[in-house]
Amino acid sequence: MKKISSLQELDKARQEILDRIDPEKPVVTITSGTSARAYGSEKVIDTLRKELKKQGLTGKIDIRITGGQGFDEREPLVMVSPQDILYQQVKPADIADIVSETLIGNKVVDRLLYKDAETGETVLHKMDIPFYKAQSPYIFGNNSKIDPTSLDDYIAIGGYSALAKVLRENSPEEVVEMIKKSGLRGRGGGGFPTGRKWESCRNAPGKKHYVICNADEGDPGAYMDRGLLEGNPHSVLEGMMIGAYAIGSDEGYVYVRYEYPLASENVERAIEQLRTYGLLGKNILGTHFNFDITVSRGGGAFICGESTALMASLEGKAGEPRAKHIHTVESGLWDQPTDLNNVETWANVPLIINKGVDWYTSIGTEGSKGTKIFSLVGKVKNTGLVEVPMGITIREVVENIGGGISGNGKLKAVQTGGPSGGAIPTSLIDMPIDYDRLTEVGSMMGSGGMIVMDDKTCMVDIAKYFMNFLKDESCGKCTTCREGTRRMYEVLNAITEGKGKEGDIELLEDLSWIVAEGSLCALGQTAPNPVLSTIKYFRDEYEAHIKEKRCPAGVCKALITYSIDEAKCTGCGVCKTVCPADAITGKKKELHTIDPDTCIRCGACLAACNFDAVKVV
Amino acid sequence: MSLKGIDQILKKFEYRESAIIAILQEVQEKQNYLPEKDLEYISEKLPIPLTRIYRIASFYNAFSLKPRGKHIISVCLGTACHVRGAPMVLDRLKLELGIDIGEMTEDGLFSLETVNCLGACAMGPIVVFGKEYHGQMTPARVESAIKKYKKTSKE
Amino acid sequence: MIKFTIDGIEVEAEEGQNVLQVALDNGFDIPHLCYHEALEPYGACRLCQVEITRGNRTRLTTSCNYPVQEGIKVQTKTEKVIRARKLVIELLLARSPNVPVIKELAEEYSVGTPRFSLDNDDCILCGLCERVCREVVGVEAISFLGRGSSRKVGPPLEINPQTCIACGACAYVCPTNCIKVEENENERTIVRWGRTLPMKKCKVCGRSFAPWFQLDYFGKITEGIPKDFWDKCPDCR
Repeated sequence: MKKISSLQELDKARQEILDRIDPEKPVVTITSGTSARAYGSEKVIDTLRKELKKQGLTGKIDIRITGGQGFDEREPLVMVSPQDILYQQVKPADIADIVSETLIGNKVVDRLLYKDAETGETVLHKMDIPFYKAQSPYIFGNNSKIDPTSLDDYIAIGGYSALAKVLRENSPEEVVEMIKKSGLRGRGGGGFPTGRKWESCRNAPGKKHYVICNADEGDPGAYMDRGLLEGNPHSVLEGMMIGAYAIGSDEGYVYVRYEYPLASENVERAIEQLRTYGLLGKNILGTHFNFDITVSRGGGAFICGESTALMASLEGKAGEPRAKHIHTVESGLWDQPTDLNNVETWANVPLIINKGVDWYTSIGTEGSKGTKIFSLVGKVKNTGLVEVPMGITIREVVENIGGGISGNGKLKAVQTGGPSGGAIPTSLIDMPIDYDRLTEVGSMMGSGGMIVMDDKTCMVDIAKYFMNFLKDESCGKCTTCREGTRRMYEVLNAITEGKGKEGDIELLEDLSWIVAEGSLCALGQTAPNPVLSTIKYFRDEYEAHIKEKRCPAGVCKALITYSIDEAKCTGCGVCKTVCPADAITGKKKELHTIDPDTCIRCGACLAACNFDAVKVV
Repeated sequence: MSLKGIDQILKKFEYRESAIIAILQEVQEKQNYLPEKDLEYISEKLPIPLTRIYRIASFYNAFSLKPRGKHIISVCLGTACHVRGAPMVLDRLKLELGIDIGEMTEDGLFSLETVNCLGACAMGPIVVFGKEYHGQMTPARVESAIKKYKKTSKE
Repeated sequence: MIKFTIDGIEVEAEEGQNVLQVALDNGFDIPHLCYHEALEPYGACRLCQVEITRGNRTRLTTSCNYPVQEGIKVQTKTEKVIRARKLVIELLLARSPNVPVIKELAEEYSVGTPRFSLDNDDCILCGLCERVCREVVGVEAISFLGRGSSRKVGPPLEINPQTCIACGACAYVCPTNCIKVEENENERTIVRWGRTLPMKKCKVCGRSFAPWFQLDYFGKITEGIPKDFWDKCPDCR
């Protein structure tokens, strides 16, 4: 591999890569990120290779293996170009048909196309699928164009041209200015203006300046950063390099969550490639810019997403936050000025440089510019990663992209911001997505989890869920956070067990106040949000649990009973077979009954019954 | 783990204390947990007080100070998995295996653990057997999955 | 010299001092459990919270780790401060209902029976023992273990820390008195850590006065002190 040691050589290398591409040559693109692999994408790829060989097509058709392309529910996705056909949920057994019908016969395999659940119509092209149609995939969309293990692929789509541009045309101060003008705000949760952070860090005196990519994506229900790092690691690294140039840093770290092995692998490989090409190291592209990046894997602690805890972890310590009376931009990693930005924030940087500040600021709202990637999950039809312009309404995301609620439930709430955020009720979902609006209603942007909840979701149970999460993930240093989250969990647990008392809601509010006001770091300060927002919007559910000892959503085990509807039971016996507690009796073709004392409320019969005969009250 | 193996890992990280998390990860990788004697050896060689190593090993979820089963079953308790019924899946696993979270079956075959989000939220509820991800799990599918692993272990 | 006000009264401090220390030196009463002037402030117990106004922003913050700054306005008795203190005391009392210092605080602030189930833990995780062992003694025999609601403090493996010199500094700083030291003629035991060490007899009076291990360690870390200094008990030196 030849080193690229000047700006001209980068242009030349790009041209050479582009010249090698034959636009007429068929390409089969297969997704193989973590989700696709879970659905067997590796076997699909293997089968495709074998099938092409068998048909004598090896070398005549290119295979491109990409990271996730968002529509995780339908993984693995297989795209055939130049016809631009999208096949979904492809199994190894489908490969023979794709090869013979589509690649050889130029026909479409109808059964593998996306089918609209309501109209029954099939959709041929990816961008015509409702899930994709309403998106603005400026950042995440590149995942479908590149093999994340190939630096050449990234260069071919214009990769590292933003870095080259700033090195060629701009002083570091000008780059800071551009990012400030772009209005880019931190995508990790807080929404702090990125340009201002860079400026403070650049101006802070120190022996050395560090830049860090926070890839410790711990919000449960959010995986945007995994999607980017797995599918397009170079876009994140390019952003970091531009940031390092602007800030005056020569050393960077990517702190990747322990639970993301593939993301670590891909970003480590990408860094190695950059070193081999001479794009990391000394005198990058023949300039005076020196920079290198190290990947560090986390140890499985949500708190390490907090900047000071992350830095402590990088230094080889337990991830315990420290007081921020002196900001990390002045004294961060090893007490030196440190700029830390989230994965998605970094990935926005090359886009801003390439497309220009005016273009970038034309997207979004007054206070929130650009796009945001969300993980649209939970009780929604189409789940996956979606990229939308800021200012779009939650309803548009859930209904147009997500296709509405899955099953026959009704939309109840959308949770954003993870454990720091809150549940937004249906009455507010016409609200535009914007940092400040989300905060106003008691939630927050957070890193981008958007968990859809329906009428079968108990909001008290959700509050309890988050408190259980937080009491374990708190570092345990502050009395308020450690004892407070634990006590909130206890109170909520009692409520869900039917032991709620008059005054519990007020007690929760009191505890919320001290946990938020009295704790050192953002984890504690925002920990009560899931409780406060559910009390605010779903107080009636709390009251039903406390006063009537009833769980309206039918979730809280101690408050529900399973029974069989006489009118619907056909006596098929499936429920009896699946019951792990032997709580169901009944003869074949006769009415079955559940003994409430033996029943463990595991839900197996409910899931198994084909006649909707199992009732939960 | 052999002392030589630990030495190699320490050397790879240039005996840097700041790399302790990575060092412990590599030591654990080979044997599923962190035995006491290995930690004592690392403490002696780096050298750093044993307390610092235990502080790290007990703080981060990635580490186990107890031996774990041949198959580690991790149930994702992310929010998306939770609303789609992960608690029921977990209950069923406890019932089938006869163990609680953090425990190992008597035959040493399975350990049951939970993880706070695997970032594969679109496929929830998710259970990972070793390195194999199983999406859209139901209580009913738990039984067959365990049977499968029991069978392959006997073969 | 840095000038600022506490409850409206102007005070002076030196650069690098923390608000709590300056307040205590000037006779203000701010409850605190995890602070000791010889140790790095930690900010864990959250009792020393005060309201601090800097510029046009006022917020509740712990005073022990807040560096003094020119012109800040510190308030130690506002409604918010008292509410926070009472809630922190309630949380601590629920954790440690039988610890005298917590019971006294509860009485002082009229905190009745906590609204939660009562535990019976005598340690409030203030971390003074861990800090004194690390920062002053320098042996790091104990540390925090675990995290979140299962956080603890103790030796690795939770028993008999091999580097502990049984000096008893941890017991000395513990605000809840949960670290007990027992001595008999020949041995000293730090009960909580399960550490027992034989003691040395004074060359002059013959009385057992400190563990051998501790004296060896002090001999190693101190310079310019004659070797036989450590052979005599403090009374005979």
